[in-house]
Amino acid sequence: MSEHIVSVRVYITIFLVLLVGTALTVWAAFVDFPFGLNTIIAMAIAVTKATFVVLYFMHVRYSTRLVWVIVGSALFWMGIMFAFTFADYFTRSRLSIGT
Amino acid sequence: MIESHAATPEIHGHPALQHHFENMEQQREAGTLGMWIFLVTEIMFFGGMFLAYTLYRNLFPAGFVLASNHLDITLGAVNTGVLILSSFTMAMAVYFTQTGKLRPQVWCLVLTLILGLTFLGIKAVEYHEKYTDRLIPGRIIPGAHFGPDPHAFHLQAGAPELAQIEMFYWIYFAMTGMHALHMVIGAGLLTYLIIFSLKRRFDPEYHSPVEVIGLYWHFVDIVWIFLFPLLYLLGRHLGGH
Amino acid sequence: MKPIESFELPSPSKVNYLNAVYGLKSWLLTKDHKRIALLYLGSITFFFFIGGIYALMIRLELLTPSGDFLESTTYNKVFTQHGIIMIFFFLIPSIPATLGNFLIPMMIGAKDLAFPRINLLSWYVYLAGGIITIYALLAGGVDTGWTFYTPFSTTFSNSYVVATGLGIFINGFSSILTGLNFIVTIHTMRAPGMTWFRMPLFCWSHYATSLIMILGTPVIAITVLLLAFERVSGVGIFNPKLGGDPVLFQHMFWFYSHPAVYIMVLPGMGVISELIANFSRKNIFGYSFVAFSSIAIAVFGFLVWGHHMFVTPQSVYAGMIFSFLSFAVAIPSAIKVFNWTATLYKSSISYDTPMLYALGFIGLFTIGGMTGLFLASLATDVHLSDTYFVVAHFHYIMVGGALMAYLGGLHYWWPKMTGRMYPEGWGRFGALVVFVGFNLTFLPQFIAGYIGMPRRYHAYPPEFQVYNVLSTAGASILGFGMLIPAVYFVWSMRYGKHAEANPWHLPGLEWRTQSPPPTENFEQTPIVTWDAYEFAPPEETEVVGKFHGEVERAS
Repeated sequence: MSEHIVSVRVYITIFLVLLVGTALTVWAAFVDFPFGLNTIIAMAIAVTKATFVVLYFMHVRYSTRLVWVIVGSALFWMGIMFAFTFADYFTRSRLSIGT
Repeated sequence: MIESHAATPEIHGHPALQHHFENMEQQREAGTLGMWIFLVTEIMFFGGMFLAYTLYRNLFPAGFVLASNHLDITLGAVNTGVLILSSFTMAMAVYFTQTGKLRPQVWCLVLTLILGLTFLGIKAVEYHEKYTDRLIPGRIIPGAHFGPDPHAFHLQAGAPELAQIEMFYWIYFAMTGMHALHMVIGAGLLTYLIIFSLKRRFDPEYHSPVEVIGLYWHFVDIVWIFLFPLLYLLGRHLGGH
Repeated sequence: MKPIESFELPSPSKVNYLNAVYGLKSWLLTKDHKRIALLYLGSITFFFFIGGIYALMIRLELLTPSGDFLESTTYNKVFTQHGIIMIFFFLIPSIPATLGNFLIPMMIGAKDLAFPRINLLSWYVYLAGGIITIYALLAGGVDTGWTFYTPFSTTFSNSYVVATGLGIFINGFSSILTGLNFIVTIHTMRAPGMTWFRMPLFCWSHYATSLIMILGTPVIAITVLLLAFERVSGVGIFNPKLGGDPVLFQHMFWFYSHPAVYIMVLPGMGVISELIANFSRKNIFGYSFVAFSSIAIAVFGFLVWGHHMFVTPQSVYAGMIFSFLSFAVAIPSAIKVFNWTATLYKSSISYDTPMLYALGFIGLFTIGGMTGLFLASLATDVHLSDTYFVVAHFHYIMVGGALMAYLGGLHYWWPKMTGRMYPEGWGRFGALVVFVGFNLTFLPQFIAGYIGMPRRYHAYPPEFQVYNVLSTAGASILGFGMLIPAVYFVWSMRYGKHAEANPWHLPGLEWRTQSPPPTENFEQTPIVTWDAYEFAPPEETEVVGKFHGEVERAS
């Protein structure tokens, strides 16, 4: 398999998207969204930006399935670490003994 | 049928081909895969700190908002832009290597390095501000232990939030410091790339180092893409100063 | 397409990786995975003996109930340093960095690992970590236990925590680099025809081990680093002064350190799969089950760390999940044990030294695994936590499992690595002594722990003495048993019988090249057309000659 060369236009587009994303996230930070949506919005923008970097700057969109699996497994294992640690912390207060 | 080793260098005569690989394609594939796996370790490495951040942000929302709002949002945003631009120039450096345009390639690498150093410079300015505000946690700096003016955070002396603010800055310095260390390493790698690009070592057939170091650089950019909102932005809408 | 013809019996005088180049520099700057494996072998053995001396001191102290041989503070340092050296500098690198390094490229038909320079770097990183740790031990030692629990390690301990932590942090990189190298090598460097399901199970288990090294080690790295910063700065995320939670340290620590148990035992399981199949001359029972159970262990191993924290303020709800999953992780381990046993059924077993270690492994690992289930039960663990029951349990896995497999594998591949045979009679005798000594050391500890003897104390009530005397007696037999192979291995390097290319008459790729192998492993890139354990039935060997070793002997 020969490698895919991403065109300059794609790179420039992604660059502009990232800049817009940065401006957007700064603007959104000062708006008081209801239901505590601020955190979710900020994270959604960050995830979107990161996804663009991974897919285009890091060429994952054009890479083998193995690279997808590697990226996925990293996120999966971070998910394990978060999920199981917080499975402890977020259920502790339900106890009547200890802290 | 049976490929003899002795014949291998004659068939694929690229000088950069290492002896234990069959061809350049295999060598490039191994290099890219290796860097991706290394980045997995980096994700887990930073993951530990993100875990601590998430936990304490949940436990101490008040102190974290106060401390976060004290950070300089302008410098943070500018640095985000600088880093994104450097990621773009890095991507272009890979592009020019792939297409064999070696002069613009070197220029892109140099630009990336300059932007990386700019980021570190701005970061140093921020760190210095924290130093003068005595916001460096614990007793790392002799003679300047943690002890900010509580009124800067609209707090009374001895307010319980001060401990939470110290916790925020501990995590802030751990995360941004580790990120800055990765930038310094990245700057070193870029210098290596520039030197070897000037020696014309890379060409469309052999550009693995540019590509692989590019992956690393983009990863460091991604870490900052998350650090910026988490450290600088969350809680801005609640006011502060 | 003609693997049998491509195999020729080499003469011992041929140029090989050991005599191709000479001199100290040729070793210190080598990029040959086989030489790096030997460098690791030497340094790991060194650390093993340091750890062994600490073990000896522990057993001597515990011979009598009163604390007469060591002061309590010295004793704290001794058991801590025993753990740190044995875990981080012996068990974790033992099989992967020596046998794995040597054999993975040979088993898949590659000339070297994918990144030879990184491989060499990993050895230097290992040495750097080791030297810093030894400095810490000499400067005054460390007394936190190998687990570095906060807040003792960050605030109260008056010992060399930062230096030791730094040593472990650096050592972690060597583990990461090894794992990275293995994964990339197995993905990209397999010889033509070497499909995933033709790989020896040794490679599968090392692949699984590498996954853990890649995904777990960075977390211990950052944890130890944060701990060191916290100790230096006086405050930090584990410090209750700022509202920090010391238990968070345990979460982050065990996120790596529980899977690290599988880093230690999975390669051992790979060795045992090789030994069982090859010394019973039979294809392994349920190849794909054994292969995938390695991966399953690697994945499930990450989901159970909380069972180390049943007696902390960890939420009971989390405790229940962790307990359930800890039972679940026993399933893939049990699959392996059942499949090994099923392989033995109606096979032609030869009781050479490696096989003795392998059979010992199966029994001891089963005992170690089963007692683990006691500790995975929430209520039972409250009684058994921090007793000698735990100590006995993990020594059955670490010594009875990982170390037995390491010794078995070392004997099995010794002819390939050095080109010399070890003395078989002494080998069997040594295996027997090790087995007896091991059981005498650790079986009594199960009982002592069950009736309440806590771990990590230098003195204990007199009613426990009988178990401790038995244990110390066993430890001296075990120590003697370890010296036997150490002596004859060194002896054999000079005086041992020259080994043939394939002394065990086996089909594996590593046996189809000369002993010791040439620098690039094979004269020609092999083309693989056979499965990993393709033993033809006995009646076919003469006729078809599928099993090349028989052909060689016949011709």
